[in-house]
Amino acid sequence: MSSPALRRTSLYPEHAALHARLVPYAGWEMPVQYTGIVDEHQAVRTSAGVFDVSHMGELRLAGPHSAAVVDYLVTNDTKKLTDGKALYTCACNEGGTILDDLIVYREREDAWLIVCNSANRDKMSAHFAKAAERHCDFEDASDRTALIALQGPRAFDILRRLDGDGASLASLMSFHFRPATLAGLPVTVARTGYTGEDGVEIFSRWDDAPVLWRAILAAGKDVGCKPVGLGARDTLRLEARLSLYGNDIDETTNPLEAGLGWVVALNKGDFVGADALRAIAAAPLPRKLVAFEVTGRGIARHGYPLRDEAGREVGLCTSGSPAPTVGKNVGLGYLPAEMAAVGSRFFVDCRGKNIEAVVVKAPFYKRAKA
Amino acid sequence: MSQNVPAELRYTKDHEWARAAGSEVTVGITGFAVEQLGDVTLVNFDVKAGDTVAVGKAFGTIESVKTLSDLFAPVAGKVVRVNEELTKKPELVNEDCYGKAWMVVIAATDPKAAESLMDAAAYGEHVRAAAG
Repeated sequence: MSSPALRRTSLYPEHAALHARLVPYAGWEMPVQYTGIVDEHQAVRTSAGVFDVSHMGELRLAGPHSAAVVDYLVTNDTKKLTDGKALYTCACNEGGTILDDLIVYREREDAWLIVCNSANRDKMSAHFAKAAERHCDFEDASDRTALIALQGPRAFDILRRLDGDGASLASLMSFHFRPATLAGLPVTVARTGYTGEDGVEIFSRWDDAPVLWRAILAAGKDVGCKPVGLGARDTLRLEARLSLYGNDIDETTNPLEAGLGWVVALNKGDFVGADALRAIAAAPLPRKLVAFEVTGRGIARHGYPLRDEAGREVGLCTSGSPAPTVGKNVGLGYLPAEMAAVGSRFFVDCRGKNIEAVVVKAPFYKRAKA
Repeated sequence: MSQNVPAELRYTKDHEWARAAGSEVTVGITGFAVEQLGDVTLVNFDVKAGDTVAVGKAFGTIESVKTLSDLFAPVAGKVVRVNEELTKKPELVNEDCYGKAWMVVIAATDPKAAESLMDAAAYGEHVRAAAG
């Protein structure tokens, strides 16, 4: 079943040893599940889960003008970052639609790390490289950088047990990052994630990841920490109403209609897509990405049409699945603005059957604050 | 990989099992199918008792967190019973796919229809090929 063209992360032997089900994903052979999607999902909500996300892209810009180059390419205002802080943002094209969603990390005023989606790595690598030309240094560090996410309420208990300075990481604030030693290895730890839980994402050298992975699983075994695949990663992020590039956002959607206006700093000065986004912001949005619950008997899936009460196709489901923690079938989709209010009723066309759904407040799941 | 392929049943390439008793054929999905689906979250039947079903035509759908699959009739005939309990308790499919999670009983038009389906040995080979 495996194609020789697929790439593997340095954790591939770990996944194989854990009997993960492996699937092609954005050119990589990645684990979709180990023990089962619902089991892994619940582990992250109630204990902790560890994810191999080494397939994601890491781009580095450095030099005196790197700050200006980064800020010009993204919609959020990176000038508000200080050293050791990160932010979530979109990068748009001149038309104001989304090239990718990113996390931008400011190491120093003249050293930046950008994490992009694996499916967009080549595109974003070329985009940043071109903008950096003659202005600052650029490196696509994806091939030498591994990334492991440790997410869930027990994440910091597990870090504390690792050889190194895991105990001090509990003081790391949300969207902050710093260098650390974990399992005896040099890493960078960021308090970020894609699950709706507290936790960290850990950058390491490519070949160091297996040692770190095994150390985390060993340290977390007795609290129920489990390896988590792409299947539960998707249900976790959907419950937290985090966008998935390629599903909910892409080059045909803009951040304002996608509910990402909070990462568009329209007044920050010039940036790619600024004119288009200012024009979009000046008029009422024709459509919006809404969160919905399926109230009838059906499961919405990516690509299913959304219909109004008269049966007319008015939108598209961009993400949909059972939500294991919420216990409902939920989804995201674009609807005309006049149908986008909470409580608005419509139908999901589940393979020819119109199943009732209702727009609800997002996120579907919000963790209790500690 | 699931080795759970009961010897007394007959099988389709789409991973349904069939148990013939006289002209009545009970239908469900196999352990391999369940393993591939993962946690079953929804079972929907498009037929009721008295409806006619044709070979290879979907009589319902089964959905897990990630995927949707059609349920195919292994033999042609008239639906005698539908296991409505599964529409309320889809998790039974994960718990007992060869027992409590039977799906439909079909009165086969051709009483010998089930005999033309794969036996356990042939289906075991089919699963090994499908699993790659």
